[in-house]
Amino acid sequence: MTTDQVARHTRPPLWRDVRVLRAVLQVLAVAGTAILLYVLWFNLTNNLRAQGISIGFDFLSQPVGVQIADSGLGSGAPISSALLIGIKNTFTLVIVGLPLLTVIGVLIGVARLSTNWLVAKAATLYVEVFRNLPPLLIIIFFFLVVILPLPPASSPISPFGLLVISNLRITFPTFIDQGDSRLFWLVMLAVTVVAVGVWWWRTKRSERTGEPHHRVLWAGGLWLIAAIATYLVLGGPFTIQLPELDGRVVTGGFSGLGGYFAVLGALVLYTASHVAEIVRGSIQAVPKGQTEAANALALTGFQRYRFVLLPQAARIALPPIINQYLNYTKNTSLAIAVGFAEITTIVFQAIGNGRPAPQLILLLMASYLVFSLTISALVNILNRRLQLVSN
Amino acid sequence: MATGTSLDRPLPGPPVRERPGPVEWARSHLFRTWYDSMLTLLFGAGFVWAGTALVRWMLTSDFTILRVNLTLFMVGRFPRDQLWRPWLAIALLAVMAGLAAGALGASARDRAEQSGLPYVRSSWRSYARRFSPLALLIVVILALTQTLTPTLLTVAALALGLGANVVGWRLPAAVRRWSWLITLGLLAGAYLALSAGETGVPYTGWGGLMLNVFLTVAGIVLAFPLGLLLALGRRSSLPAVRTISVTYIEFIRGVPLITLLLMGIFAIGFFLPATLRPADTTRALIAIVLFEAAYIAEIVRGGLQSVPKGQVEASQALGMRPWRTMRLIVLPQALRATIPAMVGQFISLYKDTTLVSIVGILDLLAVAQAVTSQPQFLAQGLAAVTLPFAALIFWIGSYTMSREARRLEKKLGVGER
Repeated sequence: MTTDQVARHTRPPLWRDVRVLRAVLQVLAVAGTAILLYVLWFNLTNNLRAQGISIGFDFLSQPVGVQIADSGLGSGAPISSALLIGIKNTFTLVIVGLPLLTVIGVLIGVARLSTNWLVAKAATLYVEVFRNLPPLLIIIFFFLVVILPLPPASSPISPFGLLVISNLRITFPTFIDQGDSRLFWLVMLAVTVVAVGVWWWRTKRSERTGEPHHRVLWAGGLWLIAAIATYLVLGGPFTIQLPELDGRVVTGGFSGLGGYFAVLGALVLYTASHVAEIVRGSIQAVPKGQTEAANALALTGFQRYRFVLLPQAARIALPPIINQYLNYTKNTSLAIAVGFAEITTIVFQAIGNGRPAPQLILLLMASYLVFSLTISALVNILNRRLQLVSN
Repeated sequence: MATGTSLDRPLPGPPVRERPGPVEWARSHLFRTWYDSMLTLLFGAGFVWAGTALVRWMLTSDFTILRVNLTLFMVGRFPRDQLWRPWLAIALLAVMAGLAAGALGASARDRAEQSGLPYVRSSWRSYARRFSPLALLIVVILALTQTLTPTLLTVAALALGLGANVVGWRLPAAVRRWSWLITLGLLAGAYLALSAGETGVPYTGWGGLMLNVFLTVAGIVLAFPLGLLLALGRRSSLPAVRTISVTYIEFIRGVPLITLLLMGIFAIGFFLPATLRPADTTRALIAIVLFEAAYIAEIVRGGLQSVPKGQVEASQALGMRPWRTMRLIVLPQALRATIPAMVGQFISLYKDTTLVSIVGILDLLAVAQAVTSQPQFLAQGLAAVTLPFAALIFWIGSYTMSREARRLEKKLGVGER
């Protein structure tokens, strides 16, 4: 028998040939998906045509038809710029919220493991209360029960002259330009770069010589001294401006809408409770011998956390915490319930004004998707870098 | 032998562990250092302040708005002359819960006996501790009723549940094997009790807490098959199948649920033939199912990954075909490992069902907001009463479930392989 004959003999019939089966299955899966998508597309085009709505994205240049608070856009502005304002507002929620919830979450997570019984119980209470509530309910509660009962916009209050508070908006002090602030910020940018370099140099030097690095002192001190010197040399390029209340008119300051603070407060507290659980779990996942070794070295409680527990816990905690950042970002879409003009609310209002829903919602999904996929790609890279090389 | 003598001496008892007195306890747990003492005083003051504020709120608030609208909170606009239907459904669900708990306990007992291990049934005290929040909720709700009937009916339903529990413990093993079928049957029975007949109301007419619970259960149950398929697809060795599954899962997980709900309410009509116009609740349910399927797929994938490769190889060595391997070897082990995560997903969906209030469906949260604009309650800041009530209902539900999930996790030994 030649090898050719053997091959022909052992070849199974077509319906039991794995290679054929695999190909057929895949073709079936692709064809099924394609048919489903085609049917959806077919219905979409038919329905849109029947209702006289155009299929493309031309509507983006049409006027938005509603006034968006604090945007500087009139109701005649095109939808595309309203959507951009929405994305910007989502970002203001994210940029402020993420650092806040990280700090609160880590503090509460560490507090749950405190040796002080009362502190640990208080932290547990916080976590159990917020973790088990619907975030939407917390947002609405903050808006209706905390923000709305504040003095109305017609008679705001101004505690200590620092803030101006009404149920429409809260105004904070801000920096005001006195001429050459751009030069100041440019100098400070350069100083920051130098400070980072100093930090790096102190670290390297400490690694080489074994002497204490004092890098916070060196880099931070340099930065602070440079900042004060530049400010004085430039003759005060900016000053702090307090919001001023004159009857019902607020001048100056930096303000946010009541809805913004309701969403921010509620989501920060809600997400922080999840972060606290992650932090607690990660600290507990650090082998007990590490704590015992730290105690044997007579490290203080702070040193134990700073140099032994937290660096090891961070490695475990980082991926799930970033997942919580993603959840926070997706949850900012709940601002729709209190009408704060982030992107979901704007899409909702545009649909209410008769703009085509399928295209708008697809755009909405795409903007969240871009953000989510970018972050998860970063997490994957981070995961690979953080993974301990097994030794 | 020098040590031989020590055997003659009486053995020392177990090491004596002194229980610290209250003063020592306070010193080691509250006042270890000066800053510890300061923290204790600060937090103690905070607790006292919060406690008194809570008591004052409870004593001074007017709960009339809850008393008047309690039925609205529970069942929405369900016809008031048909309220026997929800009660019948509650009775059936109580029987279902009692029977299932009893049957599960009996199975655990039998397994323990077969392997020669002692089986300790949980004491009544541990049950009381585990379900005291739930009991508190029932008491709070009953305290808001205006007649005695709901209390009597609740007691009757509880008695039915306890009776079913006793029956569940005594079911012969042959019947017990089918208890999942009985459970599903009773669940379907509860739905039929609400919707069957001329005067019945299908789920599209439900509201209040009943709708939140229905959306949660239906969402998970309907999404499970799709999620299982997606998980298997994601683990498949066929590149095309894998790509389709991964694309779907990552797409859904990348967008918030509210965008899918908006799609369901405003845009699903565009994707369906013009003759098909589902009700709003159905649209929301479709969105929820599509959303949950992606998350369930990831949970099941985790379970599949937890099954050691040796299991598959062993079954292949026994000559089992792929589907048989999957059905008899992999899935039973994988799905068992997913139970705690599935409960977690159930809780998170229970909380997320409140999102339907945004698209105009009258769920519990929507009721809590809507009742404050009734003429007699308008503009009195009563959201400060109705929202905490809704929060209490959601909180006790998800707190109890998460506690049970953690218990289950320990019992199943997930992650202790």
